[in-house]
Amino acid sequence: MNKIVSKEYFSANVIKFEVEAPLIAKARKAGHFVMVKVGLKGERIPLTIADADLQKGTITLVVQKMGVSSTKLCALEAGDFITDMVGPLGKATHIENFGTVVCACGGVGTAPMMPIVAALKKAGNRVITVIAARTKDLIILEEQMREHSDEVIVMTDDGSYGNQGLVTNGVESVINREKVDLCVTIGPAIMMKFVSLLTKKYEVPTLASLNTIMVDGTGMCGACRVSVGGKTKFVCVDGPEFDAHLVDFDEMLMRLGGYRDIEREDMAKMV
Amino acid sequence: MLNKDDRSAEWREELRKSMKAKERTDIPRVHMRELDAEYRSHSRIEEVNLGLTAEMAMLEAKRCLDCANPTCMLGCPVGIDIPRFVKNIECGEFLEAAKTLKETSALPAVCGRVCPQEKQCEGQCMHLKMKKESVAVGHLERFAADYERESGNISVPVTAPANNIKIAAVGSGPAGLAFAGDMAKLGYEVVVFEALHEIGGVLKYGIPEFRLPNEIVDVEIQNLQSMGVHFVTNCVVGKTISIKDLEDDGYKGIFVASGAGLPRFMNIKGENLVGVMSSNEYLTRVNLMDAASEDSDTPVFKGKKVAIIGGGNTAMDSVRTAKRLGAERAMIVYRRSEEEMPARLEEVKHAKEEGIEFWTLHNPIEYIGNEQGRVTHMLLQVMTLGEPDESGRRSPVEIPGKTELIEVDEVVVSVGVSPNPLIPQSVEGLEVTKWGTVVVDNNTMQSAVPVIFAGGDIVRGGATVILAMGDGRRAAKSMDEWIKKN
Ligand SMILES: Cc1cc2nc3c(=O)[nH]c(=O)nc-3n(C[C@H](O)[C@H](O)[C@H](O)COP(=O)(O)OP(=O)(O)OC[C@H]3O[C@@H](n4cnc5c(N)ncnc54)[C@H](O)[C@@H]3O)c2cc1C
Ligand SMILES: Cc1cc2nc3c(=O)[nH]c(=O)nc-3n(C[C@H](O)[C@H](O)[C@H](O)COP(=O)(O)OP(=O)(O)OC[C@H]3O[C@@H](n4cnc5c(N)ncnc54)[C@H](O)[C@@H]3O)c2cc1C
Ligand code: SF4
Ligand code: SF4
Ligand code: FES
Repeated sequence: MNKIVSKEYFSANVIKFEVEAPLIAKARKAGHFVMVKVGLKGERIPLTIADADLQKGTITLVVQKMGVSSTKLCALEAGDFITDMVGPLGKATHIENFGTVVCACGGVGTAPMMPIVAALKKAGNRVITVIAARTKDLIILEEQMREHSDEVIVMTDDGSYGNQGLVTNGVESVINREKVDLCVTIGPAIMMKFVSLLTKKYEVPTLASLNTIMVDGTGMCGACRVSVGGKTKFVCVDGPEFDAHLVDFDEMLMRLGGYRDIEREDMAKMV
Repeated sequence: MLNKDDRSAEWREELRKSMKAKERTDIPRVHMRELDAEYRSHSRIEEVNLGLTAEMAMLEAKRCLDCANPTCMLGCPVGIDIPRFVKNIECGEFLEAAKTLKETSALPAVCGRVCPQEKQCEGQCMHLKMKKESVAVGHLERFAADYERESGNISVPVTAPANNIKIAAVGSGPAGLAFAGDMAKLGYEVVVFEALHEIGGVLKYGIPEFRLPNEIVDVEIQNLQSMGVHFVTNCVVGKTISIKDLEDDGYKGIFVASGAGLPRFMNIKGENLVGVMSSNEYLTRVNLMDAASEDSDTPVFKGKKVAIIGGGNTAMDSVRTAKRLGAERAMIVYRRSEEEMPARLEEVKHAKEEGIEFWTLHNPIEYIGNEQGRVTHMLLQVMTLGEPDESGRRSPVEIPGKTELIEVDEVVVSVGVSPNPLIPQSVEGLEVTKWGTVVVDNNTMQSAVPVIFAGGDIVRGGATVILAMGDGRRAAKSMDEWIKKN
């Protein structure tokens, strides 16, 4: 049982929680995630550790309402308890001074990108962050990103804020204007696929943080498996970050949709 | 060791004299009462085996000869005093029988259900030498443990006075639990760390309720708790805390019992299609997450044509689960013949009664899917038996060009597990085999890093509940000696 210390709305569907978890706060590094379960019959879902406060013994989670489980979590208030939480899991992001790094995030990928941007900056990189969303209201964490980035480029599909266009347009504009040593991308699988195709064309090394379906998060079940360079990898223990140019995104997209029908039914039951 | 209960005790001598050996061996072996096969194949939770009645148990106990040299005990990895507990049952002293079991076993109700008895204790019973069926030690063990639990008079084993020495177990499967029980008896302050949100390891996430109800595991865990064992769930050693953290925290010995939880795949075409999954994933969804219940948030496929690849206990558990979740066809696909199947005989028998199809001498070579990436067919290679291989079993050989295409909407791959690499990777100096198992001294269970002992599947790479428990007990004994020496 982990106590929620504070709750803050970034938007109607994106919520930041600060949760008591002293051991995880101490052990975690950028790129790590936790598995969270709400209620006795809850599902175990992966969430990136966005930040940690060693003094307070807390970690920060940024959650987007998607289906049943994330909605149940988002219904909790400060003072409530999360039934189960375990971590930090996964491999930490490899951080060093690469030079110039473009961090391309979209949708809920912005939250897990936060600690990576901060760590890259701290290691001396020039960090250019591209945040993309469908529309202005869905842009989150812009202020925090500005704090840790040399430059933030905002892209909206409908042009309601920042530049009009997709995340790939933002990334391409940077590549066209200066030498980029590394690209990191986190977001919906389809977005990462197109970022990857783009950077492959320009031969910019790219890391993608994959958000596959997980059950245990500790390497026990294989639900999270993806093909990377023709080999099957488990995202929860071998990742979540992989060389984007080697990831079979089409297979990943297919597997992500695997439980869609059952999930839709469950969601219909809940509302 | 002379006490009121050993073989020379008056009551046992009298009991032996009360009936001729010949009369005893002539009693036919008891049959376990079972749920009707058709009924149970639709009932997800209800236990298949219904246990023995007191009369049945007492009659079966009469069959045991109370041998001067009880060979059955050699077959039991935890060394249960089999004749003593059986003779207590014969006298109707069921609670005494249960107490006898608990002197050496932390989980008698579990072992009575899931031990491969035919290979262990029962496999070495005197009766077999006389061409008679062995005494049903497992059934009797289950009876005594169930009787005690249902009576509400659960005895808590006596523990030595607290010595205030902290000891850790990593993993709460049978190895960790057996170790914890013995160390608590010796007076140690025992903390068991478990990565999952539930205690019990494979007993909870793997073996289904129709074979081993969760409630029974829970009672045995509560028993350990009342002996003072402390459990910390949601804690991955090597991630949340390190072995070094434990040492710094004053733990004087660490028993690693982290199991063999890594699923193996066959790396054939189509294995990543939607609807193809490991047995660990399938069973974890159903058993640990209760995914088949209405009120569970975790989804699970309820396939109509389900194939399970493999022939072990895990495969049998998966296929029988699939049947219970509504499969019209639930199939075992196994590359050797039935004789070579590693699953317990009872599981194979039960599966057949429940209408499971057995595709022996078949091996999948490809899975085929539709546009959505969902599996629709499996391509099977037909096999035949060749020369015996290193396991001593006849090896499967392909019959060139002979294949079969079968419609499926769900495939569960159950071709074995590997040791969990987390601990081996995170501890410097730990010796590991090429299969990823931790190397220990076979007698002491001590690893190359003195403070670390290990046992169960992380050492054996996939074995049985009772072997894991035996390891736990041996590790407890030698760790106690090692700590006292230091
Ligand atoms: C390593 C990792 C880190 C993550 N970090 C975060 C985080 O910090 N914050 C956060 O909000 N989410 C994060 N996610 C995603 C989060 O786990 C999922 O959103 C969550 O499991 C959805 O559960 P649900 O029951 O609410 O929705 P479901 O009912 O499971 O899904 C609802 C809909 O969303 C789709 N969907 C489900 N999972 C995903 C996914 N992973 N990506 C894209 N679409 C999906 C489903 O197909 C379905 O259509 C992370 C995932 C991984 C693997
Ligand atoms: C489906 C199935 C059916 C089976 N049926 C039978 C049967 O009928 N009879 C029989 O005798 N055997 C059976 N077996 C085999 C038997 O269950 C195992 O041999 C036995 O459970 C091994 O015990 P263990 O304690 O070594 O490990 P496990 O039971 O695997 O327990 C290990 C525990 O450690 C935890 N863990 C792992 N890493 C860490 C970490 N880093 N930190 C904290 N915790 C960690 C795991 O989450 C797990 O709970 C079956 C196995 C399966 C999978
Ligand atoms: S624990 Fe297993 S091997 Fe030992 S006596 Fe009981 S059933 Fe037999
Ligand atoms: S070997 Fe068989 S008959 Fe002899 S004591 Fe053991 S169970 Fe009884
Ligand atoms: S989530 Fe189970 S192995 Fe990765």
